Amino acid sequence: MQTKRTIFGNRVLPYALLLPQLAITCVFFLWPAGQAFRQSFLREDAFGFKTRFVWFENYEKLFADPLYHNSLWVTVVFSLGVAFLSLVAALILALAVDRTLRAARTYTTLLVWPYAVAPAVAGIMWWFLFNPTIGILPYMLEMLGYNWNHRNSSVDAMILVIIAASWKQISYNFLFFVAGLAAIPHSLVEAAAIDGAGPLKRFFTIIFPLLSPTTFFLLVVNVVYAMFDTFAVIHATTEGGPAQSTNILVYKVFEDGFIGLNLGSSAAQSVVLMAIVIVLTVIQFRWIERRVQY
Amino acid sequence: MSAIAIRGVRKSYGKTEVIHGVDIDIADGEFIVIVGPSGCGKSTLLRMVAGLETITEGTIEIGGRVVNRLEPGERDIAMVFQNYALYPHMSVYDNMAYGLKIAGLSKADIRARVDKAATMLQLQPFLERKPRQLSGGQRQRVAMGRALVRDPAAFLLDEPLSNLDAKLRVQMRLEIKQLQQSVGTTALYVTHDQVEAMTLADRLVVMHDGVAEQIDTPMAVYARPATTFVAGFIGSPAMNMLSVEAAGSRGLTLANGRTVKPRDIRLPEKGRKAILGVRPEHLTPVSGANADLELDVAAVETLGADTLAHGRLAGAANGSGELVARLPGSTQVQPGDRLPLAIEPGMVHLFDAETGARLEELDLPARPARTAKPLAEALNA
Repeated sequence: MQTKRTIFGNRVLPYALLLPQLAITCVFFLWPAGQAFRQSFLREDAFGFKTRFVWFENYEKLFADPLYHNSLWVTVVFSLGVAFLSLVAALILALAVDRTLRAARTYTTLLVWPYAVAPAVAGIMWWFLFNPTIGILPYMLEMLGYNWNHRNSSVDAMILVIIAASWKQISYNFLFFVAGLAAIPHSLVEAAAIDGAGPLKRFFTIIFPLLSPTTFFLLVVNVVYAMFDTFAVIHATTEGGPAQSTNILVYKVFEDGFIGLNLGSSAAQSVVLMAIVIVLTVIQFRWIERRVQY
Repeated sequence: MSAIAIRGVRKSYGKTEVIHGVDIDIADGEFIVIVGPSGCGKSTLLRMVAGLETITEGTIEIGGRVVNRLEPGERDIAMVFQNYALYPHMSVYDNMAYGLKIAGLSKADIRARVDKAATMLQLQPFLERKPRQLSGGQRQRVAMGRALVRDPAAFLLDEPLSNLDAKLRVQMRLEIKQLQQSVGTTALYVTHDQVEAMTLADRLVVMHDGVAEQIDTPMAVYARPATTFVAGFIGSPAMNMLSVEAAGSRGLTLANGRTVKPRDIRLPEKGRKAILGVRPEHLTPVSGANADLELDVAAVETLGADTLAHGRLAGAANGSGELVARLPGSTQVQPGDRLPLAIEPGMVHLFDAETGARLEELDLPARPARTAKPLAEALNA
């Protein structure tokens, strides 16, 4: 296809046009990342009077710290929990909308709204709903004989943060699943029906395999979201507690650095997180850009 | 007992009725083609037989069993879709075995059935491939194979050839016909292509606006179209239609005021308005004195074996009296010529001017079938 190309004679203009974006990238991404990298090799007292270069001591201490191991494990449970819950809920909703003829557009619009809610607001909302003193959900759970208290039960706390973090992500996944389902030719499902497959069989043998590229993409996106974008949710609900049970890596960076003022360790943790992001991004580009082939 | 019986079937979407009561009885092993222009309801009818659309009114029986409330999988039918609907993530083998696995057949049984079908369709070398690695014709065969392995009471085919190129279409048309004859399974085939319809069908169902206008053998549909729609739809170029008024014993008055008296036909009562239909291949050039009508030639198409002379009836008002004649290829004719033409005896069709229904020629003597050769020509045009 021919596209019309405009040629500027001025050699400076392209750089001038790029400058704002480059400036933002440098000031808000590259410079802080560099600072974190530098800081991770330093040891500094809480008031910043004395700074000492300590090589890999921060990292060595970090990887030997049982609290950090705990945080890693909590992060794994949390992100897989968020990814699983938000994918399953979104898929069920998308399937329901796909079967709806009349009001599908209305449902779609309404179901996308939560995505516009800020994570902190979502966190507060769920904190209210699950509040052991004033929340409606513990009240109802109590009628079922369950004593909900995320302030001292680490299981309850984990469930709370998973639900709070998943809630808005469902909207995002839902949109992708609706588009994915719309892309599956209707005649395939009909052919399977004629071949004698019931609705469940059709879903697991035809629809779900054909959705697998979408599902894999969303899985990576959701894990990235759960690991890095959920600081506000944790901060608004459990603040990492009780007893470190919801202290995910991102939250620990904040706690150790800004509350504990252990800047070296906090910076080292940031660098580890950066490495994880890089790996996930590579996975995303390698496998998803190539698309899951069938 | 008929293999499929469609009785008084109607279909409405909301308040809009799209199929207005169709009755078709299909004998065991018969190849029925439903033909009609797009939007006539032919696919909807097929999908109702398959169970993919609900039946608003009437009943459909397959193998003597009313299937209105049965799921598609319980109807003992197999369907071939226009886009083939092959499962893209499964190999050719798995595509064909899918229905058998669900039916709970043993592995050995499935293997035997798929192998048999694959051999019939020359698909053996491709069993491990995915659909996207196949050509259009091969995909079409896999779709046929998937229908074949299930050994159903009926095949339903929804425009299965329309995604193929012209050459492959002719080839697959023959293969489908041979396959159906060799397995002897009842087939219900939907198409908008009259050549496919004529060549494949044991009997044709010509549909128009949700009504089955005629159900008969291809030859009968060609020789005695029941309505002006059928007359115009089957045959190429389409039948010429001229408005006429009965003028008693003098014959029929054409739009240009001349009268024409077709031989061997009972004429309607005087004053009745009718439509005279005559196929282009049944007009022969004659000397002026013997002419039934005259054609003012406006354009000439030379097809080699035939020459088509397009124009209008001499003396007809503008916008009426369109006329086409199919002449032998050697005929010398130029635009601007006035061509005297005779209608072959017995080849006139009369239709009611208002309803478009055929006016029956009850007391006509039976005529020897003269249509075989012109039909073949008509289809090859």
